[in-house]
Amino acid sequence: MNMKYDNNVKLMKGNEALAEAAIRAEIDGYFGYPITPQSEILEYLSKNFNEEDGVVLQAESEIAAINMVYGAAGSGKRVMTSTSSPGMSLMLEGISYITAAQLPCLLVNVSRGGPGLGTIQPSQADYFQSTKGGGHGDYRLIVLAPNSVQEMADFVFDAIYLAEKYRNPALILSDGTLGQMMEKVRLPEKGSLPKSIPEWAAKGKIKNKERNIIYTSAVDPTVMENLNKELQNKYALLQQEVRYELSQIEDAEILIVAFGLSARICSKAQEMANDNGLSVGLLRPITLYPFPSDTIYKLAQKVQAILVVELSAGQMVEDVKLVVNGSCPVFFHGRMGGEVPTPDEIFFELKKITDKQAVKN
Amino acid sequence: MINKCEIEDLELVYEKPKTLTDTPMHYCPGCGHGVINKLIMEVIDELKIQDKTVGVAPVGCAVFEYRYMDIDMIEAPHGRASAVATGVKRVNPDKYVFSYQGDGDLAAIGTSETIHTVNRGENILMLFINNAIYGMTGGQMAPTTLIGQKTSTSPFGRSVKNNGFPLNITELISKLDGAFYVTRHSVHKPNSVRKLKKAIQKSFEYQKENKGTCFIEVISNCPAGWGMTPLKSNEWLEENLIPKYPLGDIKVPTKN
Ligand SMILES: Cc1ncc(C[n+]2csc(CCOP(=O)(O)OP(=O)(O)O)c2C)c(N)n1
Ligand code: SF4
Ligand SMILES: [Mg+2]
Repeated sequence: MNMKYDNNVKLMKGNEALAEAAIRAEIDGYFGYPITPQSEILEYLSKNFNEEDGVVLQAESEIAAINMVYGAAGSGKRVMTSTSSPGMSLMLEGISYITAAQLPCLLVNVSRGGPGLGTIQPSQADYFQSTKGGGHGDYRLIVLAPNSVQEMADFVFDAIYLAEKYRNPALILSDGTLGQMMEKVRLPEKGSLPKSIPEWAAKGKIKNKERNIIYTSAVDPTVMENLNKELQNKYALLQQEVRYELSQIEDAEILIVAFGLSARICSKAQEMANDNGLSVGLLRPITLYPFPSDTIYKLAQKVQAILVVELSAGQMVEDVKLVVNGSCPVFFHGRMGGEVPTPDEIFFELKKITDKQAVKN
Repeated sequence: MINKCEIEDLELVYEKPKTLTDTPMHYCPGCGHGVINKLIMEVIDELKIQDKTVGVAPVGCAVFEYRYMDIDMIEAPHGRASAVATGVKRVNPDKYVFSYQGDGDLAAIGTSETIHTVNRGENILMLFINNAIYGMTGGQMAPTTLIGQKTSTSPFGRSVKNNGFPLNITELISKLDGAFYVTRHSVHKPNSVRKLKKAIQKSFEYQKENKGTCFIEVISNCPAGWGMTPLKSNEWLEENLIPKYPLGDIKVPTKN
């Protein structure tokens, strides 16, 4: 992908930057239903999307919205939806179908505290739902986790690029804070993502060619297992797209693993810790699926301990433990339901770990 | 398929539509779905819109109709065909789009999508196949099942006390401003088949003119689910279903 950027620096909300990026990524359609903290996406598009360029439609529910995405994506168009946690739960059946039919589309979850109706504050408790499939059947989403307004915009392009490359939905897993906060952003320019109508699209049968059928069912389990194998092969290939960010990992004694908003808070705590004589590195997974397993494993051989910080009761920490496989102790600190840890809180956790490790040594 | 040359000397009086594939249909003998599938393809043939049409199949007995229809198609999740069709049409306004759904699909699990698709006046054709039962899953009660009608989940007959009243969703949606043409037909007699074909034709013509939602209910039989012979099922349909769901136009476009 050849990204070109606007020279102007703008001050924008995360949700609005994402919506503007969607226009610049030349989507043909957006279908969605209002829910805080992401309604600005639908609002911004309703106001700023040019009718000649496609459609912005407020659906009657998230169920309808995701099925509109399914139909439009099935016809080969570049389409998206966005929602927040409860809405994501409603979309899961449709997402399972879209994945089975191997259609590209962009999904956005500006997640909030749960379970239930929960809060409108930020949360990362949809990690399992996002990275393990979520709906029924053996499928995965490509999952990108931004940690700034800039990345809210950039990842629209990355997600669409990957979705179309692998014919699989790609999800931007954001949260209420990233959606609502304002930051400086340089927006990608139109034309960075070429598009064409794919040959598999159901958009009217071409003469003397086989018709295109978008479907997800099979009577014969052998046929269904073969489709599953195809999906699994695709997910194996997808591993090459893994992305992460490292900071100060040379000589690090403790490694923090955190994504999105918590990675930002952790980077402040890391600074405090290193100023106080600790030696702390940070790994921020940018793709949550595929997961940076190899890198985490390698680092686990060098550090004394790992601290995973999440806005949840501990979900990604399970993946970290699986990868680390006992190579070093893995600690966890999390806040739930929309609460966010302070850098001090995390610094305190780091000190506790250092003390424990020192006793052991 | 019979080879054309074998019947060369005979006069060709009837032919299956060219857009109907040679795949043997999976429907039970005497089932209305097959007739309706064929009629749609006849109209698509005659209007020469095979290359401009996208159909949306339901989850129900007609789930595999795309095996018989030689057009581009999408298989929707149960109940969501009209939302899927909305998605297709909104980003392909120059295409003809139709959805095809059973009573469970359109009038139970998909009620919300049905009402809102029509209410937005989506410029598509919605076909609603009402056989008063869930055919595909083995004959359970449908929202359109009649009071007293026995099904596998109303083994003593549908009761108002437990299950409420049969849902007449076609009359309901006909009241919405987005509905342009709403009509009810059946396929149990040659004459009714001809009328249904006309209605499908008209609907595609209205779609070309961007008129709004065209909605056709077809009262159909389910010999297997009802536990009747095809012949008996058509008699039962005429005596019981048609009085509750009377045939004919419900909303017709006003002149000018
Ligand atoms: C979410 C979901 N719930 C339930 C089902 C099971 N199911 C498949 S078809 C069907 C009902 C079919 O009845 P109808 O729509 O009337 O179609 P028919 O077979 O009678 O033509 C049901 C309940 C499903 N596939 N998906
Ligand atoms: S079960 Fe009923 S609706 Fe389904 S194919 Fe058989 S007769 Fe037709
Ligand atoms: Mg039925």
